[in-house]
Parts: sequence; structure tokens; C-alpha cells
Amino acid sequence: MVSGKRIFSDFKVFSRGYLRNKFGLFFGLIFPVILILIFGAIFSGNNTGTIDVYAQNQDTGAFGQNLGDRFLSALNESTTLRVITVNASENFPDYLAAHSASDGILIPQNFSANYILGQPVNLTVYGNPTSSTSGIVSGTVNGYANYFNLQRFNGTMIIGLTSATVNTQQTKYIDFLIPGLIGFSILTSPMFSLVNISSEYKKTKLFKQLSLTPLTKMEWLTSKVLWYIVLTIAGFLLMVGVGIFAFGAHVTLTPWLIPFLVLGPMLFAALGMLVGTVTKNPETAGVIGNIVTFPMMFLAGTFFPISIMPTYLQTVAHGLPLFYIIEGLNNVMVYNNITGAIIDLVVVAVITVVIFALAVKLFKWRED
Amino acid sequence: MLPIEVVSLKKCYGDIRAVDDISFTVKQGEVFGLLGPNGAGKTTTIEILEGLRAKDEGQVKVLGLDPWKDGYELHKKIGVIPQEFTFFEKITPKEAIQYYADLFKVKVDPDAILKEVLLEDSAKVYFDSLSGGQKQKTGLALSLVNSPELLFLDEPTTGLDPNARRAIWEVIRGLKAKGKTIILTTHYLDEAQQLSDRVAIMNHGKIVAMGTSEEIIKQHGSGERLEIHGTEKLANYIKENTELQVDYNRSRGEIVIPLKQKIDALAALAAAEQSGMDWGEIQTRQDSLDDVFVKLVSYGVNEQGEIIGDNEVKPAVSKRRR
Ligand SMILES: Nc1ncnc2c1ncn2[C@@H]1O[C@H](COP(=O)(O)OP(=O)(O)OP(=O)(O)O)[C@@H](O)[C@H]1O
Ligand SMILES: [Mg+2]
Repeated sequence: MVSGKRIFSDFKVFSRGYLRNKFGLFFGLIFPVILILIFGAIFSGNNTGTIDVYAQNQDTGAFGQNLGDRFLSALNESTTLRVITVNASENFPDYLAAHSASDGILIPQNFSANYILGQPVNLTVYGNPTSSTSGIVSGTVNGYANYFNLQRFNGTMIIGLTSATVNTQQTKYIDFLIPGLIGFSILTSPMFSLVNISSEYKKTKLFKQLSLTPLTKMEWLTSKVLWYIVLTIAGFLLMVGVGIFAFGAHVTLTPWLIPFLVLGPMLFAALGMLVGTVTKNPETAGVIGNIVTFPMMFLAGTFFPISIMPTYLQTVAHGLPLFYIIEGLNNVMVYNNITGAIIDLVVVAVITVVIFALAVKLFKWRED
Repeated sequence: MLPIEVVSLKKCYGDIRAVDDISFTVKQGEVFGLLGPNGAGKTTTIEILEGLRAKDEGQVKVLGLDPWKDGYELHKKIGVIPQEFTFFEKITPKEAIQYYADLFKVKVDPDAILKEVLLEDSAKVYFDSLSGGQKQKTGLALSLVNSPELLFLDEPTTGLDPNARRAIWEVIRGLKAKGKTIILTTHYLDEAQQLSDRVAIMNHGKIVAMGTSEEIIKQHGSGERLEIHGTEKLANYIKENTELQVDYNRSRGEIVIPLKQKIDALAALAAAEQSGMDWGEIQTRQDSLDDVFVKLVSYGVNEQGEIIGDNEVKPAVSKRRR
């Protein structure tokens, strides 16, 4: 019979012990906030995604016009590129190399003259095939070249482009980062703690000691889960608070977040317990714990959206329980997509029930 | 109903027979001492009785219950100090007692318990900062919280200073006076002798001797003997000139003469005096539990419970400690 009173006594002792141990507190609460501050600071200055590109205009002009300049200022007005002009006397390729630049645009000497006379002229776009920005630069330059070509023959642009980011005009990296890092702390804090606790208690015979009291395994695990739910919600409030006040993040806070903040810690506390239970000693438990945790820490959409990863890694990500928690949090907080969130929730709930049941079943107080 | 009944208990770990077919009973209100060298199987036996380990074979009844199957019921009625007691790092002894009281749903006065085990001074120190002895005392304090009728104390005084040991002895005597049944393991034979009504000596998973210490000494000890400090030549002289059995312990330079009757001592001394040789201290002594323990453990016993191959008198070895 499960006793709420015993769960509460154990909860009291465990949480007090946790708060007295500075390590736990640091990794549970301070560390996620530090992550928000660091990642938020790194990306907050550059949230429009503008690419710096060097350009050299060798065009000498014709008929009183310098079309090279006009071309570059048109590029600069696009939100995609920021043109940094290089003095015409420089050797352009050398200059690019010296500045470790991966992208450059060179406008030739007779650009204006040939354009006006209707003769072909080539722009040179320098790029680095391994760089993700080069494609964007050549695409943009190509687009503007077409535009200039059409204008030359009095053609009309039918399709124009306005750039916008997904969903709302104001969405910034920090808005995606908050759910990711909340997922990160939902994973790491209960998981690492329970791997450690369950293997250490086994080694130091603390489980045997507890088995001599009326406390049951189920009550013990429940009290741990409750504590990590409390810790997760505290961490959630801290991270969202820092995100909003330090970086002006825009996230939606609705009761739909609660099931994720409850099931998440439950899932990973049980998973940690399971790892500690099936391994022989704390060393093995630590290794297995890391093997299970690390892929999730990076591949489940914690620090960056999984859409930027290659397809095979995206497939891997869909096999990680944390992915559904982070996707669900994103659906609620960023996209306001409750239908999507409910699907994620169902997946998370099923995984949680399975892992929890398995952990309770395999976990032993005593030895055979 | 006896509090503890064990019949043909066996437990193996691979090739190691940790507990090898032992049987014993413990009576109500008795203090039963379990002795034996490291690895003899004491902890394994005790933990099977506590329901913390499963047995391989045999029958075990503790307070009328099967400890493995009915462990949850049993644990409410017993108190345990495990060997090398450990607990949560960041909890004070006082909080630990309160925690146990909450789990058992009993009302206790933590300060009174702390006082009883001489731990008042460390009531508010975190467990991981306590000394080894203080940790051990915390274990004892916790084992008392549910006022158990049966206690299992696995090396409760190992690593304690003499004062603390005596304090724990007092606690144990107090519990005995209240009619509690206690099983105690220890490496200190004086402790076993002081506290236990009966002892069992275990070796290699078997019980090699059991009874009161007097009974064990009488059964396995060598009886009274005369020891004379002198040369081997003198020993031979006495041997040739009396009817007595004379042994010589070279390492200690001691002539050892088992006394079948007190008068044998006179004959031996007369012969020594007659020899004209020098001789020093004389004394008569009897095997202590220590001596018997060392013999039992180093030589083993045959089917009849006699010690095998013990001819030379061994010096009383200092108490073994872990
Ligand atoms: N869990 C286990 N797995 C494997 N072997 C074990 C286990 N527990 C005990 N043993 C073995 O069983 C034997 C008896 O061990 P036990 O702990 O009962 O001895 P003990 O008499 O309590 O010794 P000590 O005085 O050192 O505490 C030892 O050889 C030990 O190595
Ligand atoms: Mg032992």
C-alpha cells in the first residue's frame, strides 16, 4: 500500500539533502540559466541571419553612371547580405584570403559600359563550396543580376521577394532556444542524478538499509520523481524569466506546458533508475548513462533545430524520447500548435509509462 | 516459538560456499554471538536472517516468519545495524532518527535515543562529516527507532574507541535487560564473552563450535598447563625424569606441560630444580576463548569436533580486526 505520508517524509529528506549539496543545485538550476545566458548572448546580436560579403567594384562607370555601385547598394538593401566594399586597388582574391572571407563579389571594369551598350558582361562570385553561406550569396547575386537584366530590356518583374521569418515577424533564436534548453535540463538533471543515486545506493548498500524500513520501492521512486518535477518547474520559470527579461524572448505560456514538465522528469528519472539498476557498478552505470544521454543532449533539438541536420540524423532524432518533449514544448511555446503538441504528448506519455514500469519492475532493494 | 530457527542453511557464490549447511536456534531474550575470521560467512548468515538475501537451501524462521517472503512484515519488528553502516550524506543523526520514526509511523524522542548511544554532541553534524565511530552509533540509534524485539548487530563496535565500545556494550546490556533477543557478530572475543549468553564460531561457512564460552573452552581447550621459561635441554631433562607430557615452544623459549592433575606441577618443578639448570618465570594457565578460537580457525576440526593436528601450543594471537 502506497503511503503519502512516507512519500512526503522521504521527499523532505531527499530534497533537503539535495539543496545542501551544492553540486546538485548548480547542475539543476544554475547551469541551465548559464546556458541560456551564453547561447542567448551569442545569438542575440545576429538574429536576422544577414551574411557578410566582401565586394570590389572595379567599374569605372559610363555616361555619368556607375551601375556597379547601384548593383552593390541594391544587394545591400536586401536583408540577406551585408556588403563590405573593398578598395579597387586591392588584389581581390588575396584580400579575401587575408580576411578569411568565404564569399566575395567582383564587379569588372567595363560593367556600366557593357550594360548600357547591351553587351554581355560577367560578375565574378567567389565562394567556398564547404561554406553554407556561399550558396545563399550566389543565389542572391544571381537574383539581382536577373533583375538588372530585365530592367535593361524594359521587362517587368512579376515575382518580388519580401523576407520574413516563420510564424511571427518577431521570432528570434532565443525563442527556439528556450524550449530546447528546458528540454536539456529536463533530461540531464533527473537522468544523471538517478543513474548516480541508484548505482551508488546499490554499492553502499543504502537500498538494503531502506528496505529494512516500511518505505517501498515505489514510494521511494515517486518521491524522487516529485522532487525532479519541482526542480524542473523551478528551472523552467528561471529560464523563461531570464529569456524574457534578458533577451526579450516571446514565448507562449499555457497550461499545456504542465504535462511536459511533469512527464519529462518522470521519464528521465525512471530511465536513470533503469540504467543504474541493470548495471553492476557505478562506473559502468556512468558509462552507459552517458551513452544514453549524450546523443539526446545534442541531437534532440536542444541547442539547434533538427531541421538543419542531415536526414539520417533527423531519423535518429525521431527515435529519441527527448525529441518529442522539445518538439512539444516548441509547439506550445513558439508555434501555438496545440494539435501537434498533443501528438507529442501522447508519444511522451507512452514512453514514460513503459520506462517507468520497467524501472519499477527491474529495480531491486535486495539481492537474490 | 523460538525467535530464530535455522536448519541446514546453505548459500553459495559460485564455488564459494559462503554458508555451508549450518543449523542453530536462538532463544527469547538471548544474546547470541557469531564469531569467525573474515569471510567465514557471518554477514551472509545474518543478512539471510534479515531477509536481505535469498538462501539457496535449508529452512529459516525468524519470529515465525520466512524472512525472504515476509520481509516487509518482519522488518517492522527487527532492528539492524549492517556491517559498515552508511546513510545519506547530508543528513544529521537527529534528522535521520526523525526520518525513520516517520517511516515507521512511531513517535520517538530523537534526543533521548541520541543520548542513549552517546551521540548528543554530534546531533547536528552531517552524516558524511561524522567519524567512523559516530556513523556506527548513528546506525545503532536507527536500529532502535522501531523498538524492535529482535536485533541484528553486525560488528557494531568495529572501529570504535574503548569508551564508545563500552557505551555500546551498555546499550546492548540494557536491551537484554528489557528482554530483547540479540544476534551480534564481532571480531573482539572479549566482547563476545562479555555480552553473549552463547556463541557460535564459524569458519569457511560452517559452525565449528557452539555453546557458552565455558562450554567451548572446555570442549576444545587444552585445559590447565604449566609454562616454564627455560631451554630445550631442560625440557628434555624433565621429559626423561618424569611421566609427564612435555612440549617445547621454541619461539617463546617456553616449556609447556599439560596438567592432568594439580600435583603434576610439583613433579615438573622438582625435576627442573634437580637438573641444576637455569629456569625463569613459571605460570599456570588455561586456554582462553581467544586460544580456542585461533586453534579452531587455524586447524579446523574433524567430524567429532576435535581440533585436527594441534600439537604445539600457539601463542594467543592478537584479536583480528578488519
Ligand atoms: N554478494 C556476494 N557475491 C559474491 N561473494 C560473496 C558475496 N557476499 C559474500 N560473498 C563471499 O562469501 C564469503 C562470506 O562472506 P561474509 O561477508 O559472509 O563473511 P563475514 O564472515 O561476514 O566476514 P567479515 O568478518 O570479513 O565481515 C566470502 O568469501 C565472500 O567473498
Ligand atoms: Mg561480515
